[in-house]
Amino acid sequence: MTDVLTPVLTADWGTPESWKLNVYEAAGGYGALKKALGMAPDDIITAVKDSGLRGRGGAGFPTGMKWSFIPQDASTEAGGKPKYLVVNADESEPGTCKDIPLMMATPHTLVEGVIISSYAIRANTAFIYIRGEVLHVIRRVQAAVSEAYLAGHLGKNIHGSGYDLDVVVHAGAGAYICGEETALLEGLEGRRGQPRLRPPFPAVAGLYASPTVINNVESIASVPSIIGNGAAWFSSMGTEKSKGFGIFSLSGHVNVPGQYEAPLGITLRQLIDLAGGIRTGAGGQQMGLKFWTPGGSSTPILTQAHLDVPLDFEGVGEAGSMLGTRALQIFDETTCVVRAVLRWTEFYKHESCGKCTPCREGTWWLTQTLTRLENGEGSAEDLDLLLDQCDNILGRSFCALGDGATSPITSSIQYFRDEYLAHLEHGGCPFDPMASTAFATVGANQ
Amino acid sequence: MISEDTYAELLEIAARYPEKRSGLLPMLHLVQSTAGQITPEGIEACAAILEISAAEVSGVATFYTMYKRRPVGDYHVGVCTNTLCAVMGGDQIFATLKDHLDVGNDETTEDGTITLEHIECNAACDYAPVMMVNWEFMDNQTPASAVQLVDDLRAGKVVTSTRGPRICTWREAERVLAGFPDDRVDEGPGAGPASLVGLKVARENNWTAPQVSTSSTTGAEGSDQ
Repeated sequence: MTDVLTPVLTADWGTPESWKLNVYEAAGGYGALKKALGMAPDDIITAVKDSGLRGRGGAGFPTGMKWSFIPQDASTEAGGKPKYLVVNADESEPGTCKDIPLMMATPHTLVEGVIISSYAIRANTAFIYIRGEVLHVIRRVQAAVSEAYLAGHLGKNIHGSGYDLDVVVHAGAGAYICGEETALLEGLEGRRGQPRLRPPFPAVAGLYASPTVINNVESIASVPSIIGNGAAWFSSMGTEKSKGFGIFSLSGHVNVPGQYEAPLGITLRQLIDLAGGIRTGAGGQQMGLKFWTPGGSSTPILTQAHLDVPLDFEGVGEAGSMLGTRALQIFDETTCVVRAVLRWTEFYKHESCGKCTPCREGTWWLTQTLTRLENGEGSAEDLDLLLDQCDNILGRSFCALGDGATSPITSSIQYFRDEYLAHLEHGGCPFDPMASTAFATVGANQ
Repeated sequence: MISEDTYAELLEIAARYPEKRSGLLPMLHLVQSTAGQITPEGIEACAAILEISAAEVSGVATFYTMYKRRPVGDYHVGVCTNTLCAVMGGDQIFATLKDHLDVGNDETTEDGTITLEHIECNAACDYAPVMMVNWEFMDNQTPASAVQLVDDLRAGKVVTSTRGPRICTWREAERVLAGFPDDRVDEGPGAGPASLVGLKVARENNWTAPQVSTSSTTGAEGSDQ
């Protein structure tokens, strides 16, 4: 039986100077690279396939399969082009906060994963695209890459293997949409971050129209442990179709928010218990869970009824949402769901890239309608209007941003229709916004 | 004006990439670090180096929110008001700072020290409510701590990120983003307290990932088990 928590990626985050090469190597770091360079690239792809690793950036696509789509036959047009690995470190999905601490604490885990993964797909240039708004994280990754060059883990003829790899650390400039992989490529090519039409898929025509693999930070950082410990070790954790471990990020109204690394399939009930329970209210009373997101704001909200849903790709899907990035934002009963949803909707409106009409115009309409409701100015028909607007965005937008914008709205109306109506009866928001704050309870405890 | 040194560094950024246009985002960060904002001269220089039109560079500079077309203060102070931080108190913090600094969103104080902006989720939700100063984390803020923070910045005191280094100026930060590291990488901890809570629980309970059996360490053959 696997333990409740299984720290692998987070295991060394508390070690003094954990970000430095000598500290990483003292704990066995770059051992997997040595092993990988002795393997055939295809055997690495097979190992990652066998491990069952699925993309940790939200979509859950099998990582090894993605790698195997890279054409390797040099006699074909695509196969003859250079291959690229691009790490998506643009972590921006509201609630998601796992890649940033990983890169700050142990950037070499990522760098080692980049080298092994690039070797597997036969790329000689890799890019780490980090959102620009995390200065110290960028420093740590920049330094890790230069240390890796000095140690001979990067550059020409790595450790005598004949394999060359260059890594470029690229800072973004503020755009949620660049987390979408084709928009990220546009940003990396020096353009406005607007998604591309697919097909062709990046595996065939990605960066510079060459075969490109784009993987999330946590996916790539999981690769050294898979190569080092074996595919069977990795797949011994997790559930039938959702193998391995993942970082679960608890935020909001729990007593001990933070990062909990566990096998996929753990439940929110278990996690909340580990996090010391839902917080205590300002008056000393135990608060109750009201709603939560399983994987960021683009995954439909869930409620108390879903506390025992296994947090794996299948379990959360069956509950009507998505595992996403395991960004568990927890809201207790002091939180107004309409206010929460309106704020997310304003975010999507702000971040819509403007390329397609349903998302560009639709998110504006959603915001207007929701604002009316939050202010108690609308009518009950506005709920139907909202659902109709969502229906015109979901599945009709160019990329998943538009789809994501509808998730909090449709799910909140499903579970909390009465609360929307209460705004109309009350002539405004019936909640005290101070009651939900962190300092409402801090003040009471001091 | 773009100095010769800056022009040389812009060329250096473009040369990092297989195709030089890929350098545009960090190049615009460098423009901001020297000019304090995106300037017409900076746009022209990028366009000349990348052999694209100034309109194309402007199109990029206006797309990304970190690029500013008005002068930014020494300290860019961001308050997260995305849902989770807002609910946890970000709205109150932002309102307090607007009032205290007498500025609106994306405006700079008259003395030129502070630019206030409400920002979107900055991937630190377990430390909510979160503020950023020149894109360094200021975790677990309150209205009172936020006022103290901006007062310290305006008084010229050394301010340190709650899980990072001493805070540099906005222009210095932009230079690091352009790919020219400073000397602060080893300051601050590896992780803040919230990042370590799960690890602590695991240690207390002696929970670990499964031990590696010697037969399963052969990597590619792992599936043969």
